[in-house]
Amino acid sequence: MLGKLSWSDIPIDVPILVGTFAGAAIAGLAVLGLITYYGKWGYLWKEWFTSVDHKRLGVMYIVLALVALFRGFADAIMMRSQLALAYAGNPGYLPPHHYDQIFSAHGTIMIFFMAMAFMTGLMNVIVPLQIGARDVAFPFLNSLSFWMTTISFVLINISLFIGEFSQCGWLAYPPLSEQQFSPGVGVDYYIWAVQLSGVGTLLTGVNFFTTIVKMRAPGMTFMKMPVFTWTIFCTSVLIMLSFPILTVALGLLGLDRYLGMHFFTNDGGGNQMLYLSVIWGWGHPEVYILVLPAFGAFSEITQTFSRKPLFGYNTMVYATCSIMVLSMVVWLHHFFTMGAGANVNTFFGIMTMIIAIPTGVKIFNWLFTMYKGRVEFHATMYWVIGFMITFTIGGMTGVMLAIPAADFVLHNSLFVIAHFHNVIIGGVYFGYVAAMNFWFPKAFGFKLNEAWGKRAFWLWFVGFYFAFMPLYVLGFEGMTRRMNHYDNPEWYPWLLVAEAGAVMIALGIVCQLTQIYVSIRDRNLAENRDLTGDPWNARTLEWSTSSPPPFYNFAVVPVVHDLDAFAHDKEAGIDTRAAGSTYQPIHMPKNTAAGFFVGMFSLILGFAAVWWIWWLAAVGLIGVIATVIARSSNNDVDYYVPASEVARIENEHTRNLLAAQAAE
Amino acid sequence: MAHDITADAAHAHEEHHESPVVFGFWLYLMTDCIIFGTLFAVFAVMRNQFAGGPTGKDVFELNGVGIETALLLLSSITYGFGMISAHQNKLGALRGWLGVTFILGLGFLFMELREFSHMIAEGNGPDRSAFLSAFFTLVGTHGLHVTCGLLWMAVLIVQTGGKTVLSERMTNKLTCLSLFWHFLDIVWICVFTFVYLMSVI
Amino acid sequence: MKKKILPRLSSLLCLSSAFLLAGCDWALLDPKGTIGAQEKSLILTSTYAMLLVVIPVIVLTLLFAWQYRHSNTSAEYLPKWSHSNKIEVVIWVVPSLIILFLAVLTYQTCHSLDPYRPLEEEASVKPIHVEVVALDWKWLFIYPDEGIATVNQLAFPVNTPVDFRITSDAVMNSFFIPQLGSQIYAMAGMQTQLHLVANTAGNYLGESANFSGRGFSDMRFRALALSNDDYTAWVQKVKAASEQLDNSNYPKLAAPSEANPVEYFSHAEPGLFDQIVAKYNNGMVMDKSTGKMLHVQSAMSDMNMKE
Repeated sequence: MLGKLSWSDIPIDVPILVGTFAGAAIAGLAVLGLITYYGKWGYLWKEWFTSVDHKRLGVMYIVLALVALFRGFADAIMMRSQLALAYAGNPGYLPPHHYDQIFSAHGTIMIFFMAMAFMTGLMNVIVPLQIGARDVAFPFLNSLSFWMTTISFVLINISLFIGEFSQCGWLAYPPLSEQQFSPGVGVDYYIWAVQLSGVGTLLTGVNFFTTIVKMRAPGMTFMKMPVFTWTIFCTSVLIMLSFPILTVALGLLGLDRYLGMHFFTNDGGGNQMLYLSVIWGWGHPEVYILVLPAFGAFSEITQTFSRKPLFGYNTMVYATCSIMVLSMVVWLHHFFTMGAGANVNTFFGIMTMIIAIPTGVKIFNWLFTMYKGRVEFHATMYWVIGFMITFTIGGMTGVMLAIPAADFVLHNSLFVIAHFHNVIIGGVYFGYVAAMNFWFPKAFGFKLNEAWGKRAFWLWFVGFYFAFMPLYVLGFEGMTRRMNHYDNPEWYPWLLVAEAGAVMIALGIVCQLTQIYVSIRDRNLAENRDLTGDPWNARTLEWSTSSPPPFYNFAVVPVVHDLDAFAHDKEAGIDTRAAGSTYQPIHMPKNTAAGFFVGMFSLILGFAAVWWIWWLAAVGLIGVIATVIARSSNNDVDYYVPASEVARIENEHTRNLLAAQAAE
Repeated sequence: MAHDITADAAHAHEEHHESPVVFGFWLYLMTDCIIFGTLFAVFAVMRNQFAGGPTGKDVFELNGVGIETALLLLSSITYGFGMISAHQNKLGALRGWLGVTFILGLGFLFMELREFSHMIAEGNGPDRSAFLSAFFTLVGTHGLHVTCGLLWMAVLIVQTGGKTVLSERMTNKLTCLSLFWHFLDIVWICVFTFVYLMSVI
Repeated sequence: MKKKILPRLSSLLCLSSAFLLAGCDWALLDPKGTIGAQEKSLILTSTYAMLLVVIPVIVLTLLFAWQYRHSNTSAEYLPKWSHSNKIEVVIWVVPSLIILFLAVLTYQTCHSLDPYRPLEEEASVKPIHVEVVALDWKWLFIYPDEGIATVNQLAFPVNTPVDFRITSDAVMNSFFIPQLGSQIYAMAGMQTQLHLVANTAGNYLGESANFSGRGFSDMRFRALALSNDDYTAWVQKVKAASEQLDNSNYPKLAAPSEANPVEYFSHAEPGLFDQIVAKYNNGMVMDKSTGKMLHVQSAMSDMNMKE
């Protein structure tokens, strides 16, 4: 009846987990209680959970990402603390069984649910506005994508309290992840969570590619498209090219585990190197899926706060596209040490290095965007400058790892850990946070607090160097990754420094949360409100509409005359909004709960499949199919906003604009 | 969705919503193509990993596979006739052709499952060797797609029931399924060539 | 702003110079063999080459940000300027040249440091052969020429090339002695090769560089680079051990164990390594010298498969 599930799978003997569960339960109940107390369930359901509005979904994605950041970082600081303790005979406080789950969960959560969710959230909020569209091409699929991502994250967190998570690292290399060596449900949780979220991501890729290709405002040719949209375009291509490969990789691993097949097993003709090839065929493009949007955000922010157009727009576009292409042909650099021949290694090594050229060019482009500009040191700009310094170092160590003969000694060491945190924190995370600071007033109508933003930056920036520079050193000292305890006295002090860095980063996160809290508290102060919709005097279309934008984004679809359309219009004295013109009724999609229900049934399916509860899995699967059919049979999916309603909303914004201008 | 809207807005609405559906679905098919491409690559790696078990020559029966192929190819043609009827707004004929296509597809699926069950009964299931794992997975994934296609077809037959005119949305759905069905045909031709024929030669 | 940036810059410079200079006792920067020494020099050369562009970028970032800050109204401001062919040429050409240099270096070192390539020393010194088996969670070393085997202790004469054949009878591991250089994966059913040499006598850390499960952290061994006399004595010591390793007690050794102590076996079943590889390949194993597949008669081929 309950498959493999029994009472003994509830880890009541692990105090850390019981404490976590109690904490999560209390916090969860408190949140639920508050929602009930303020009677917000209806509001949440109608306005958010069933929403197909890309801006709302974007915000929910970013909330999800911040929750995932919290979980992922808790894992991180637990690992650092373990290594600061587990020296010279001290086993530390995390036995391997627990520790191995933590590093596996850390990587999985940070990539799939922090970084991916954050990125998807940003592109949701920004891209349709930036190209002058009223929504994405497939609003319902967008909602579905969000719920698939969310329930996957829920599934991973269920593994904390029911059963266990994978102990095989974030990519679950076989044969360790095979039934023979990992008979528990941990790897199954991993497979199902990543697989279900992959469905959501793939749909997002299709959705945004279609949106960008088909729904740009009239006049916006490809070479007049903002750089951020370009990067999302390339990211969408990479998602469509690489996520199917991930689906296959995890699918085959699942077949090995569930049906006893022999793709990656030691025996039966299986080939573990095939898994590495396939999973990295996804895994390497994934890195660029994450970092390209960050590059796009840096481009928009740098030009806005340098008060100058981006230096070398064309170069930037070509560099982005060449990175997109190159990222598909470098995957083997993740396993130079498997014993492929020198020629194979040379090819992949050199291809990898070549990526450094367009990436380097991008850095120079940002440099020369600041050159002869008027750089405003807004908190957002701090993250940009911090990125440029940090990412350059990360790029350098990346090229070192790309040289196969150097990789032979650096591979799988803490040097690698330092390198990819160097680019993922210094590149991806700094970029996303900068983007959040930059576009926050667009989404909510008020600015994020400057002082707390800068505090967060300095703690993250300094904390990063303390946490990860020692890891480079430890790599040189021969310390491998994923070690649970050690007895080398030379490693110990560096691990203490790294722990200090992790604590600084923790304070940085606290500052970020405080920043959000303080900003919400002070949202009605005149200096924080954004009445104009254009708080930074920025250059692209999303700033031409109000903040937050009306749900239809643009009352009149803007016409694009030039690159940086809004900057052009401001200069030429054109009112991009065409305020006061005769408005037409606007065709909009209706909210739907179908995405939510498909998500919930998928969660049931995933959970049941993890525990081999087949009847429940069937319930989940049938639920998914039934919901999709019901959705497909429903013809009441859209409506028209009457012109009078559009006029009312637009006139109100015009009054706000005039008031803001008068106040200046 | 009929409201008192201006002709302009209605026109804008069509431009806005008609084309992205088919375009987006085509993109999805390309991602599906990558799934199959990867599975073909996996099969290529595994094609000689018999682990002491049977080879393709030992287990494949080309006659049955030939009939399967014929059924599927025929079903693509009948679907094509269905689409012609759809464009002529002959909904009865459309449903008839969809029904024929459905039966052909079901026949294909039945024969495939029969082949699978024979192999498994003889101890040559997917857990026998890496070669058989790759075979069952590749062919099974195609079969799963056919199953989804059939389910979708059944839904469309029901949804077009009692209608006299095809809405824009329904035409899009029929077009998408048509793309899907022909796509599965192409994949099957690759399966037939690379998996069955080349293993037997 | 200046107050904040300058100390950071100087601390960064300190850090990076400390990184390169003070690291002389760090394992990888203190190699004890030819391979490791070449890899060290490769790492340093490539780092210096890249610093040629990395340092200017960091300096220019800070410089431009400071020079063109909003409050500095005396700085030139070109609100429309966004293109310069000259600069574009420079920013494409400079990184390209550095990558070209590194690409040439990569091509050369990929071939000269290929782990499968026998060392040049083998022309003058007869190499030692060691067969390495990664087990859950310990290392088995078989000396086919001596007919002995050890667990978690590897010994070889100094200045003598060591030819490793490496496989696994459990999950994937990576065989790595940081101070001697290259690592390579150990995979069941496959055999990889590695050629190393120690030029200084010593006792070096050896480890698995690829996570392999619960007992991974203790899956370490010592690599003893001994003088010829000491090595002969060591072999004698192993030969004097009471334990022997054959098909009957190998499964006991292969069973998972953590923090395994050093073990000596005075006799190792001939062909054991081939049998371990072959049992995952239907009794076939590739002959290293000819590249042909051979069939291995094995008592083990039906054992352990599903263990």
